Amino acid sequence: MSTHLTGGFTDAPTQSARAFRTVLEALARPGQIGTLAGATPPAPLSPAAGALLLTLADQTTPVYLAPLHDTAEIRGWITFHTGAPFVTPEEAVFALGHWAELPLSRLSAGTAEYPDRAASVIVETDALAPANARLTGPGIATQTTARLPETAFFQSNRSLFPLGLDFYFTCGDQVLGLPRSTRVEAL
Amino acid sequence: MNAPHHDPDYNFAYLDEQTKRMIRRAILKGIAVPGYQVPFASREMPMPYGWGTGGVQVTAACLVPEDRLKVIDQGADDTTNAVSIRRFFQRTAGVEATEKTTEASVIQTRHRIPETPLTEGQILVYQVPIPEPLRFLEPRESETRRMHALADYGLMHVKLYEDIARHGAIATSYAYPVEVEGRYVMDPSPIPKFDNPKLGGNPAIQLFGAGREQRIYALPPYTAVRSLDFEDYPFEPSKANHDCDLCGASGSYLDEVITDDQGSRMFVCSDTDYCETRRNAGHRGRLSPEEAR
Repeated sequence: MSTHLTGGFTDAPTQSARAFRTVLEALARPGQIGTLAGATPPAPLSPAAGALLLTLADQTTPVYLAPLHDTAEIRGWITFHTGAPFVTPEEAVFALGHWAELPLSRLSAGTAEYPDRAASVIVETDALAPANARLTGPGIATQTTARLPETAFFQSNRSLFPLGLDFYFTCGDQVLGLPRSTRVEAL
Repeated sequence: MNAPHHDPDYNFAYLDEQTKRMIRRAILKGIAVPGYQVPFASREMPMPYGWGTGGVQVTAACLVPEDRLKVIDQGADDTTNAVSIRRFFQRTAGVEATEKTTEASVIQTRHRIPETPLTEGQILVYQVPIPEPLRFLEPRESETRRMHALADYGLMHVKLYEDIARHGAIATSYAYPVEVEGRYVMDPSPIPKFDNPKLGGNPAIQLFGAGREQRIYALPPYTAVRSLDFEDYPFEPSKANHDCDLCGASGSYLDEVITDDQGSRMFVCSDTDYCETRRNAGHRGRLSPEEAR
């Protein structure tokens, strides 16, 4: 059987509900790592990124795949399970890929009147530890730490607030959220 | 685990999956931009607008089968609105219900924040009638949207100033506007201004749903929230100057109850769980029955 027919949620209503709560806690508490299980997408798509797409993506949310993730298997899996169309970075509601490959400057940061129309970026990483950045801002009591690919980009992203990109870093079945509201400093 | 199951005639938590995804995306954008009102495609719910359809949709998108749900209306667990929403989710989501603030993982509220401090892991869902704090000053959505885009909140300060000029103090006593993280001015829903200090720095996630007006907004945990005021007229949370007549609490928000046609009245905690917990712990008020003292 073709791989793209399998690996979705077996009980979508409750599994996507639990996955959403994990994603909500992750984005509302930047730096806190959550576990997103239930999806077994084709490699190199991580289970956490797969679960994120199953929970949030559908026919109304165009997806951009960075080159290493733009394979026939992944396209087929996303199409079968979510129906999301594939588009250029400019039109994407969700962008997915490795940090070095993502065309961040071409993604929508929203508009002054509709800052919610910004893209959400799913960044596939090899590790979510050890920490190399200090985080402060909404969702963080005093300060916390996280492992980020760099700090300069997130500082310029924060300077756009209330515009800007929102990030989900995924590694295996783990997810870490970084909304545009978070202030980032190098450790 | 022997969790009660939901009515199989309905999808889990009533809404269809595509609707829940749409609401969930709006909630996440609301979390990313605290205080900004995210438009969403509000659905018809099996209750009239004004009964909490926005809050119900947000709650439906958040619930997991393991949740314990508490629903309050003006602080009370036992009013019609609270009872029907609680039953709705017991039936369609199979979740357990509780009246204890400390035991609840999701609390849907109409117009109060519980007296008992909330904790990490809890979600407070507000029912919001008019989400736009500038709406009564500027009826055009196109204009209020531009005012938010430009952070042009002069009109709101003029309104508060006119309150002072006319009444000698800021007369707004509920739905008192707040500024979130130094950026968006937000309507905290018609909670009494007594509750405003609990909005900021709260460990729980706070979500706001306006069904008729089709808006969702949010306060992540520990967000900086400031009630608008002036240096010479600072914000003052206020309550009736009494103790609770049932539990004796001096620091809780009170309802005034007329007890006869001779002008007698009593003051009782509006938060029924808080009052009952205190009475069970032996606290007594002015009008507690003799045998209970």
